[in-house]
Amino acid sequence: MDLRQLYHDVIVDHNRSPRNFRRPEMVDRVAEGYNPLCGDKLHVYLSVVEGKIADVSFEGSGCAISIASASMMTEALLGMDESEAEALFNEVHRMLTESGFAPDPAKLGKLASLASVREYPTRVKCASLCWHTLLAALNNTGAEAAMVRTE
Amino acid sequence: MSKAQATRQNDALDFASLRADFPILEQQIHGCPLAYLDSAASAQRPRQVIDAVADYYRNDHANVHRGIHTLSQRATEAYEGARESLRRFINAASTKEIIFTRGTTEAINLVAQAYARPLLQPGDEILLTWMEHHSNIVPWQLVCEQTGAVLKVAPINDRGELELDAWEKLLGDKTRVAAFGHISNALGTINPVHELCAEARRRGIVTVIDGAQALPHVGVDVRSIDCDFYAFSGHKMYGPTGIGVLYGREEILQNMPPWQGGGEMILAVDFEKTVYNELPHKFEAGTPNIAGAIGLGAAVAYLENIGMERIAAHGYELMRQASVALLAVPGLRLIGTAENKTALVSFVVDGVHPHDLGTIADHHGVAIRTGHHCAMPVMERFGLPATARASFGIYSTAAEIDQLVAAVRHAKEVLG
Repeated sequence: MDLRQLYHDVIVDHNRSPRNFRRPEMVDRVAEGYNPLCGDKLHVYLSVVEGKIADVSFEGSGCAISIASASMMTEALLGMDESEAEALFNEVHRMLTESGFAPDPAKLGKLASLASVREYPTRVKCASLCWHTLLAALNNTGAEAAMVRTE
Repeated sequence: MSKAQATRQNDALDFASLRADFPILEQQIHGCPLAYLDSAASAQRPRQVIDAVADYYRNDHANVHRGIHTLSQRATEAYEGARESLRRFINAASTKEIIFTRGTTEAINLVAQAYARPLLQPGDEILLTWMEHHSNIVPWQLVCEQTGAVLKVAPINDRGELELDAWEKLLGDKTRVAAFGHISNALGTINPVHELCAEARRRGIVTVIDGAQALPHVGVDVRSIDCDFYAFSGHKMYGPTGIGVLYGREEILQNMPPWQGGGEMILAVDFEKTVYNELPHKFEAGTPNIAGAIGLGAAVAYLENIGMERIAAHGYELMRQASVALLAVPGLRLIGTAENKTALVSFVVDGVHPHDLGTIADHHGVAIRTGHHCAMPVMERFGLPATARASFGIYSTAAEIDQLVAAVRHAKEVLG
């Protein structure tokens, strides 16, 4: 496995300058994801207006894979309704965990650059943490952040 | 060349020749020679240890202390012979003081449950330090929950050294146990265990030392240290996994109740009353890890043959060389810069998360540990989620340090 396939230019770029890396002034839906094994920690913030994701952002610390995954996730989600967001979660999850799964570039766009992570079993959770946190945020209409832990 | 330089060079040559004893090191990882720099997590085993375990299973295995047949006698002699090797290695007064356990973790749990738990009253205190491994924290938290005792934690400074004055001030009338590591697994700091034990002894406080990182790197003499308990693991000192030792002073062990019940730890059982076995068997319920103990005895013989003074000098020298070489990388910061330190370097690199560094280093054949090193309070003390750690063994070489530094530079290139 070539290292450049894992640390693809797109991933390096999103790690260096993460998009939508901020806490919104008004928090609508929020969840906190934590991987106690490696210390990665992030918050995902969503604003859902009339069933569509009107704003999505994140904050936190983690490795290049986790930051790039979260950054690309926020770009992809904007404007989606909840079922589209869940469908995208499923597509990404299958890409990261199912061997032999051929991701659909039309559905995944830049996120397809995370496909090589599957070859590094110890790193899959780095890429998937933000996605599990997203699901928890989508389902969390309370004021407190929902907590997600992966190990 | 001075005489000292000549000795150092000869020593370097001798240590390089030891690599031939470690078959696992002969392989390539991702097309590069394996540079195994994760010995603080678990060291590799020399042929001598692998063969001792295999020979035992091939020729001598039976249960110990039971049968009168030949194999049982051979197994018992080999198992008890290993105990005597361990006694000699750490200079304990008697083999009654050498209890085989699964490792350091089980040894500390044994002290917490069989020594501390019956003794602790609500409000009693157990003193730890900020640099402890989780295995020297959690067993004490459990016993505090069970008894109402309270944990106290002595601070460390920015170099990763125990603040001795603060530690001493925290030793109070209510302190029953002071537990501390000999060498920190996350920082490499060597604690002044002789001084700490003397101070605790003066106040009648029992000392428990986590020696997991010390046995492979420095000579340990429990009577000179004058501790009450000393725990260590076989797999960090080139022995098998699943075997370790609890050293305890005989008079304390005599007065402790058994920890686990079963075969091996009894003299006579009826449903009214059981008579417990003598030390050390009182604390070894069930069929023990016979092969593990024999393998650990072989590891001790291997280390004694090289000599712990030379081993200590080698580990220190590699730590020093690695520190100098890594600090030449821009944006790299060492975590743990204690004056008295050995055998490992913990570090962070600007713009490169330790986990990415770990993956990229692996592509260079370099095995390092990345994460919190089971010492989350240490990470919190330094405000970091994780560090990268390169740790050395008797087989580690200067060439492997070069390989590590090249990998770190490449990681900066990939992610920079």
